[in-house]
Amino acid sequence: MYDFNYRKATSADDAVKTVTSASEGKFMSGGMTLIPTLKQRLAKPSDVVDLATVPGLAGISVSGKMLVIGAMTRHAVVNGSADVKKAIPALAKLAGLIGDPQVRNRGTIGGSVANSDPAADYPAAVIGLGATIHTNKRTIAADSYFKGIFETALEAGELITKFEFPIPDRAGYMKFPNPASRYAVVGVFVAKTGGTVRVGVTGAGPCAFRVPEMEKALAANFAPAAVEAIKVSPNGLNSDIHASAEYRAHLVTVMAKRAVAEAAG
Amino acid sequence: MANAGIGQAVRRREDFRFLTGTGTYTDDIDRPGQVYAHIVRSPHPHAQIRRIDTAAAERASGVLAVFTHDHLAADGVGGLPCGWLVKGKGDKPMVEPPHPVLATGVVRHIGDPVAIVIAATRVQAADAAELVKIDYQMLPVVTSTAEATRPDAPRLHTDAPRNLCYDWELGDKAAVDAAFARAAHTVTLDLVNNRLVANAMEPRAAIGEYDRATGTHTLYTTSQNPHVIRLLMGAFVLHIPEHKLRVVAPDVGGGFGSKIYHYAEEALVTWAAKKVGRPVKWTADRSESFVSDAQGRDHVTSCALALDKDGKFLALRVKTVANMGGYLSTFAPAIPTYLYATLLAGLYATPAIHCEVQAVFTNTVPVDAYRGAGRPEACYLLERLVEKSARQTGIDRAEIRRRNFIPRAAMPYQTPVALQYDSGDFVANMERALKVVDYAGFAARRADSARRGRLRGIGLSTYIEACGIAPSDVAGSLGARAGLYEVAEIRFHPTGSVTVFTGTHQHGQGHETTFAQLVSEKLGIPIENVEIAHGDTAQIPFGMGTYGSRSIAVGGSAIVKAIDKIVAKGKKIAAHILEVAERDIEFKDGKFQVAGTDKAMSMGEVAFAAYVPHNYPLKELEPGLDETAFYDPKNFTFPNGCHICEVEVDRETGVVDIARFIAIDDFGTVINPMIVEGQVHGGLVQGIGQALVENCVYDGASGQLLTGSYNDYCMPRADDVPSFQVETNESAPCTHNPLGVKGCGEAGTIGAGAAVMNAVVDALATVGVTEIDMPATPHNVWRALKNAKT
Amino acid sequence: MPTVTMTVNGKKMSAECENRTLLVQFLREKQGLTGTHVGCDTTQCGACVVHIDGLPVKSCTTLAVQNEGAKIVTIEGLAKDGKLHPMQEMFREHHALQCGFCTPGMVMAAIGIVDRHKGEPTLAEKTVRHELEGNFCRCTGYHNIVKAIMAAFPLMKG
Repeated sequence: MYDFNYRKATSADDAVKTVTSASEGKFMSGGMTLIPTLKQRLAKPSDVVDLATVPGLAGISVSGKMLVIGAMTRHAVVNGSADVKKAIPALAKLAGLIGDPQVRNRGTIGGSVANSDPAADYPAAVIGLGATIHTNKRTIAADSYFKGIFETALEAGELITKFEFPIPDRAGYMKFPNPASRYAVVGVFVAKTGGTVRVGVTGAGPCAFRVPEMEKALAANFAPAAVEAIKVSPNGLNSDIHASAEYRAHLVTVMAKRAVAEAAG
Repeated sequence: MANAGIGQAVRRREDFRFLTGTGTYTDDIDRPGQVYAHIVRSPHPHAQIRRIDTAAAERASGVLAVFTHDHLAADGVGGLPCGWLVKGKGDKPMVEPPHPVLATGVVRHIGDPVAIVIAATRVQAADAAELVKIDYQMLPVVTSTAEATRPDAPRLHTDAPRNLCYDWELGDKAAVDAAFARAAHTVTLDLVNNRLVANAMEPRAAIGEYDRATGTHTLYTTSQNPHVIRLLMGAFVLHIPEHKLRVVAPDVGGGFGSKIYHYAEEALVTWAAKKVGRPVKWTADRSESFVSDAQGRDHVTSCALALDKDGKFLALRVKTVANMGGYLSTFAPAIPTYLYATLLAGLYATPAIHCEVQAVFTNTVPVDAYRGAGRPEACYLLERLVEKSARQTGIDRAEIRRRNFIPRAAMPYQTPVALQYDSGDFVANMERALKVVDYAGFAARRADSARRGRLRGIGLSTYIEACGIAPSDVAGSLGARAGLYEVAEIRFHPTGSVTVFTGTHQHGQGHETTFAQLVSEKLGIPIENVEIAHGDTAQIPFGMGTYGSRSIAVGGSAIVKAIDKIVAKGKKIAAHILEVAERDIEFKDGKFQVAGTDKAMSMGEVAFAAYVPHNYPLKELEPGLDETAFYDPKNFTFPNGCHICEVEVDRETGVVDIARFIAIDDFGTVINPMIVEGQVHGGLVQGIGQALVENCVYDGASGQLLTGSYNDYCMPRADDVPSFQVETNESAPCTHNPLGVKGCGEAGTIGAGAAVMNAVVDALATVGVTEIDMPATPHNVWRALKNAKT
Repeated sequence: MPTVTMTVNGKKMSAECENRTLLVQFLREKQGLTGTHVGCDTTQCGACVVHIDGLPVKSCTTLAVQNEGAKIVTIEGLAKDGKLHPMQEMFREHHALQCGFCTPGMVMAAIGIVDRHKGEPTLAEKTVRHELEGNFCRCTGYHNIVKAIMAAFPLMKG
């Protein structure tokens, strides 16, 4: 690891100001991706700005049909939250499948979504639930947030503050973990709200995406059988020693089917 | 005392320090004035070194020195030696290319060490290492075992045409050919035995220190065998006589073979400590371990079994290409030969066996012994072949084994591949395993799985291994360049407590407990009065260390031999004091007793008399009670057993779950059943790991290591494996060592892989998949299912 | 270089360290608490698990400076007056350790498992195995570790 300046931010504005005025500033939320990256000397920030000390960035609340989760909320907290379990149990479950218990005690939802690792779990829920991402500047709809591999709509110095998740009637999440890293080879989040169904997929492509054909079929018949025969094209999907693009495409269908079964059950 | 002797599940004495964070591993040691080394390694699998520029690194903050091969050469430092000379067909000696401590001219694998940077702190050394500029000219690469000998493959070593280290054979080719010609059934199989990374949880580390006052070098190192390191490094690399070189292997966090070998870093820190005048510490990062610890397995094999019409095995033919990596690691040549082909008889009375092995160099990290070492590879191919034979002939998998097992009554049994088995009841072990698993009930369990949409399979594996290596003269005649005995010293202290110095080394095996049980029982003294010392060449007379499941069979036997000497001397002392003839003294339960009387002396009283010899036979006997014994085994020991695995396969995802795993093992006499079971559990998971998840993969085109961290190299986790049912059968003890022990360290790993894969194949065969290689990852299983369908 | 102060095993400890110093380096190299181990560099193996403010965390993936003022418990802080913590005791009783290298992190993670489920009547083997996801052991095959944790559960529930 290269050395850097370390600052504990006192507010969101303070954090943004420090990062933008540094030659190469980095926000640090839980550090579960940033610190391993620094340890491998794959990044050389001049300044690391710790968000843990910013008041008001963590917390969970329900307001009307919205579940609101602060960006600095740890995965373990989301996993254990009575509010989340009641409003969107599939989201609580998803948080409990990230990393391992020790990682979940540090990693945050904001950090995960800001990083947009193609194999991270949260992006499936953000897309699958059609969440709204609040930043220090604006709100961003889930559908226009994920741009590519480790690429999002966030501008330089823009900081996620919270997420609003519309509470669905039912939802399910199924993950096929990479046997080695336990990141998602494929994760599918399915949510039904009234007559609308959203299917968010992580792990399979460069970033999280929806599967409109499945959404349509599920809107007509919210049952595993509705997606069973829907094949996703392997073109453009990720391929590595753990899973070919074809295997990932196949797993999207299998995980979608199982996520629907979980949601319906 | 009754609760601390042989056969008791004594809780481990070493646990307190490990459970309270007070163990002392190499990286926990800090020497006064210590500085830190960082090794600059090749990022390329094969390249010419055109120029090394260390100037910027030398100027960096905190840097004391930067050394390259030229510095070593100027001091006359030698290359890393190979400890075993294999002679191929026609007695042709293997090709033994130079293995420089730091690369010179050419780098031959990712991680090949090129320079060493020494600085005041760990981070300063790492920072400066980035400033060492090396100009590489890329060379073409070969990493694949199967492709290494192709005429167009790039050559790694000028003296190794076709990258061939040796082309070796064992057995009677003509007899095998004749048997195949008359066989009713011929069963063939092509298999890959996947490359593995040992991954002891403690990364390797080493500290070198030089004492100017005495001219003595000390090396603290993560080693399974400190005396072997002292011998190899002192005699061949640094030319330091043994009385001026002390090697300490303190608490070591697992080895599994990977910490047997003499590594470059050990020589580097020892040499550099004298150069810079400060103790030098090096500790590997895990990423560094992936490219610098010797790796395991990596065979490509074609094999065939000939059977008569009743399913009796007539002959076995095996052709293997074994990957050595870029250089020869310390014992590498012996693994796919003397520890592999000699085990191909398995438990069967196959009359004719022929095995050919080509060992090849490739641009990969060197390969050497990894838990089991050759024996898992032999067991795997044999047991896969046997189950395939069962399927092909329609004979039940247990029945075909029954028909071919060597019967207990045939012991001692000479196999056609050099070994002579001394003991074992192979049928009994399998019958017991079949009973425990409820073999007859499998069909119902399979139907139940099917109702849940899952494919169930069952697989058997029987194994035998040659452990407790070896009679030194036999090993020597086969090319070993060292003896393979073990050493023990039993030192009574004047007030009756005992320190036992053993040449074996524990890095998880629990010797401090097991050996103390043995000594307590044999000498009749409380276990609390026994201390086991190991791991320091300055304390221990000599020793060959711990590997190949040899510690209890060879090290334990040496202890017994030393105890016998103690007792013999004790009898003389007691006879003198009790004023009877020596032949009238019996030693039993810690007492020297005059036969048929109640006159007796305790062991402690005798020890006291030996050190305070006021009433003592000084004319015939030296004072003191301190005996050393060297034990050279009369034969290998032959642990054996039967493993049965049941799996369930998720057809949609290809995920394999282990539903049950049963292991019935014959380790001869068991000293501590708790520790033995623990060894089996751990071994099983390493075998299961190879079968289902572990795989070390190099990219064929670029030669890059694709599994260089735990993000890609899959380590078995708690939720990948089940709880196990394990039992031992002590009814057929070893016949040629004093304890009847056989060893248990590797058995789990040797038997498990084949049991798991046979179960996977059994499950998949129901839907048309006939063969699959390890590891049976979800992706591989899914592919096999897909290909079977189309 | 900043000075970082934290309470480790009930004692206030301070040391100067670079911003890039990891908590595990602070503990091992600055405080001589070498019970916490480093087994990997990718936040996977769990040999370095300690408790920060009551929660198990991988000390190889948090900076010392992040933990200014924190309460840290390491493996050295578990036994009180020479008496082992019930989890340590059950690891010994059930032979849940061999080489001992993963053990400190394993024990700290295991206590975390029981802490999370203390309110429940039983602790399932499946739960234990799942929640050991972040801790590698190469020696024991996990069999006896799982046994030890399940045996410690009723003892720690009190």
